[in-house]
Amino acid sequence: MLDQSMLENTLAAATARGGEFAEIFVEDRQSSGAMLDDNRIEELSSGRSRGAGIRVLVGESTGFAHTADLSEQGLITAATAAADAARDGNGGVRTVDLSSQSVDSPSPVRIYPDSVAKQRKVELLELANDAARGVGDAISQVSVGYGDVRRRIQIANSDGLLTGDDQVKTRFSVSCVAMGDTGMQTGRESIGHSMGFELFDHYDVTDLAVKAAQRAITKLGARPAPSGAVTTVIGKGGGGVLFHEACGHGLEADHVAKQSTVFAGRVGELVASPLVTLIDDGTMPHEWGAFAIDDEGKPAQRNVLIEDGVLLDFMWDELRARAEGRPSSGNGRRQSYKYLPMVRMTNTYIANGETDPADIIADTDSGIYVAQLGGGQVNTVSGDFVFGMTEAYLIENGEITEPIREGNLIGNGPEVLSSIDALANDFEMGSPGTCGKDGQGVPVGDGTPTLRVPALTVGGTAA
Amino acid sequence: MLDDLLELGDRIVARANDGEQIEAIVVNDRETEVRVFEGDVESFTSATSQGIGIRVIAEQRQGFAWAGSLDPEVIDSTLAEARDNASFGSIDPDLALAEPDGVEMVELDLYDPAIDSFPTDDKINLALDLERMAQAGDPRIMLVESVDFADSSSEAAVVTTSGIRIGGRDSGCYVSAAVIAGDDDETQIGFGYSVARNPADLDLDKAASMSVERSTRLLGAVKPQTGRFTVVLDPMVTAQFIGIIGGTLSGEAVLKGRSLFADRVDESVASSLITLVDDPTNPKAFTAGEADGEGLATRRNVLIEDGRLNQFVHNSYTGRRLGTASTGNAVRGFTSTPGTGTIALSLAPGAREQAELIADIEDGVLIQGVSGLHSGVNPVSGDFSTGADGLRIRNGELAEPLREFTIGSTLQRMLLDVIEVGGDIDWLPSSAAGLSLVVGDVTVSGA
Repeated sequence: MLDQSMLENTLAAATARGGEFAEIFVEDRQSSGAMLDDNRIEELSSGRSRGAGIRVLVGESTGFAHTADLSEQGLITAATAAADAARDGNGGVRTVDLSSQSVDSPSPVRIYPDSVAKQRKVELLELANDAARGVGDAISQVSVGYGDVRRRIQIANSDGLLTGDDQVKTRFSVSCVAMGDTGMQTGRESIGHSMGFELFDHYDVTDLAVKAAQRAITKLGARPAPSGAVTTVIGKGGGGVLFHEACGHGLEADHVAKQSTVFAGRVGELVASPLVTLIDDGTMPHEWGAFAIDDEGKPAQRNVLIEDGVLLDFMWDELRARAEGRPSSGNGRRQSYKYLPMVRMTNTYIANGETDPADIIADTDSGIYVAQLGGGQVNTVSGDFVFGMTEAYLIENGEITEPIREGNLIGNGPEVLSSIDALANDFEMGSPGTCGKDGQGVPVGDGTPTLRVPALTVGGTAA
Repeated sequence: MLDDLLELGDRIVARANDGEQIEAIVVNDRETEVRVFEGDVESFTSATSQGIGIRVIAEQRQGFAWAGSLDPEVIDSTLAEARDNASFGSIDPDLALAEPDGVEMVELDLYDPAIDSFPTDDKINLALDLERMAQAGDPRIMLVESVDFADSSSEAAVVTTSGIRIGGRDSGCYVSAAVIAGDDDETQIGFGYSVARNPADLDLDKAASMSVERSTRLLGAVKPQTGRFTVVLDPMVTAQFIGIIGGTLSGEAVLKGRSLFADRVDESVASSLITLVDDPTNPKAFTAGEADGEGLATRRNVLIEDGRLNQFVHNSYTGRRLGTASTGNAVRGFTSTPGTGTIALSLAPGAREQAELIADIEDGVLIQGVSGLHSGVNPVSGDFSTGADGLRIRNGELAEPLREFTIGSTLQRMLLDVIEVGGDIDWLPSSAAGLSLVVGDVTVSGA
């Protein structure tokens, strides 16, 4: 990455016109992907993106510029643009002495993906394709994707911080279409971790493919989902998306600062069922949302947000933390060097409860069981949120019975959190996710044990 | 400079080996973004960026590589990587770059040089003006959460060994406001915006009043009872709906057995009121463009005509595979190979405004906004379920506001259940235009 004197000179240019804080974020991202679809290796692709984002803080204003030109000349031009944008009159020469700090990665890499022969990646795609198609004649189409990314970052700021991280992620997904008398249905499975090619020592891609194919076939027989308020049991793992939407976004300090969240001003209050302990943890080894340092150079932290139903704290980035005179919680993240950091989740999960998951089902007279969730969305201002169910079943007389078709569920964050009345002891992390906020996507993880919400509104079509 | 991009493309393509096809897409963007809050600049971003994507087809295999830089050594390694990637693709005799097809490019005026000389202070002042207007728009506005001004101009060139050499540039800008209305007990957010090719054409009044109306009119919203209703989709919602329909009509979905409508050309798939057109040559369309992602001229394609399925859209590969030709619908950025998709969709408008449509409905729901479309709609099965907010329609008039409910149907049924198409066409900042659409028999799930 860049040498120290270059970074110091850039920071000097960034603060030449004043400002309390300046930062340079350097990123070198290499990615590779391979795609099989329609029985063909459609293509392998490779990408490279390298550049720096420079920001200058003056009072409440932030000036930001980014450049792909990493020469000293290019960096100083960008630094000057950022300084101009922040527009402070009180310039002066300010020198910054950087002291280097290194933080151990929670996700050491064993096999760097670029050291693996491309042919090996192609073989994994073919294995998965064959396995999925082997599940049954009903499988009419299969697509399989492999991807890896290595993201090296370096951060230096006018407080003297100089640090960096080397983040490697590998993922694999299988999507199937099944064809039946009633039309087509789809099934998807994906895995992804902050690790190298050793991902495939931990997971068998044929298992993944079979699961995706079986899901599509199961749904061929699905009946229309009920509509209206029903008791909903959310399965372990991917069900964590419920909390990401129902309260995660609402606990981001930028929303709090603008009062655009129903949770503003509620620290110390009971905001959820006493069963709920919600944690955001960037240090979870090898999880999708893990890192050594966030995109502002702050080491990842484990932050307990809600404990036994009581709101303890929000999530913070540098900007919001400075305004409140407190430290960042290690939640300052950005999609790439082209974006300003903002408050983002990392791996967000609900701690285990004590109940046997089977007892929760047995104790539910009628309702639905959601085995796999899709993405979601929240309006933090009203607290209303939705998320999709991509595999779900009816619960009748304490038993899981017929599959139901896809649909969205809708609820209100504070109401749903308070109403959770059963939490199991089978905690698991879910599939890798990408969280979108204000036009930026970042990798996040979610997890939960099985749990029950007495009433969520299911957006089906059955009367 | 556009000429520089074309010449860079020429130099890359000139390096093709015997029997090798190369396509280079080269882009250059400039953007600024201002966000204001409580009378001050919250952030100001200025940036330029470049990128290149190189596709190689050799021995009937395809490979691709891209880079976010136009440095010569980066281009060398990108080309080498694309070649290496090609050696691992499956053999496919139908792989080939697009070739000039004789369709004449429609000249569009998509670039306004004024955008590159618009002073920084004026950008900030536009945003500050909008913030003041939104705040003053209604006493129930508690806070203007954010106001943005953004502008961009971009140039792109596509050059191929198959004889395509095309470049274009466009410019655009927008203002948007997000306001929060309400009191200590209840808050609602509303968005408003205006888009233009030139800042002088931005309509701040429209952006302010839209954000104010959309937040204040939801105050006091209740959860509706579950039932089946006639719904009126607001133009922004219709645009999202037809965008999903457009996705099911891509040649790629048809080719790979993922289209609901694969075998249904010439059949009736929608109410006879529905004529769905994809026309990037219409300069009113936000996503208008002269050339597609493979450098072929864009053109007007009628996908559904009076309810009858007329055609799908193709890039050169899906066209070749399905025994037809490209319809000028290759879509891509520089980080991917060309996919197939609609570019600028619109429904042929009816005659009446939204208020007139509502006046005919005794018992219904106006859908102001939807959320979670990406998770609730399956374009392969056709299942459609999305979170929504809006207003109840009673006896031909808007009644109480509604929230925390979903609407559900299937894509197939919704097309057939269209009762009336509004005349209020609105060229939204999206790849589909909006208008009010009346759809019968939609399940509203609430309490």
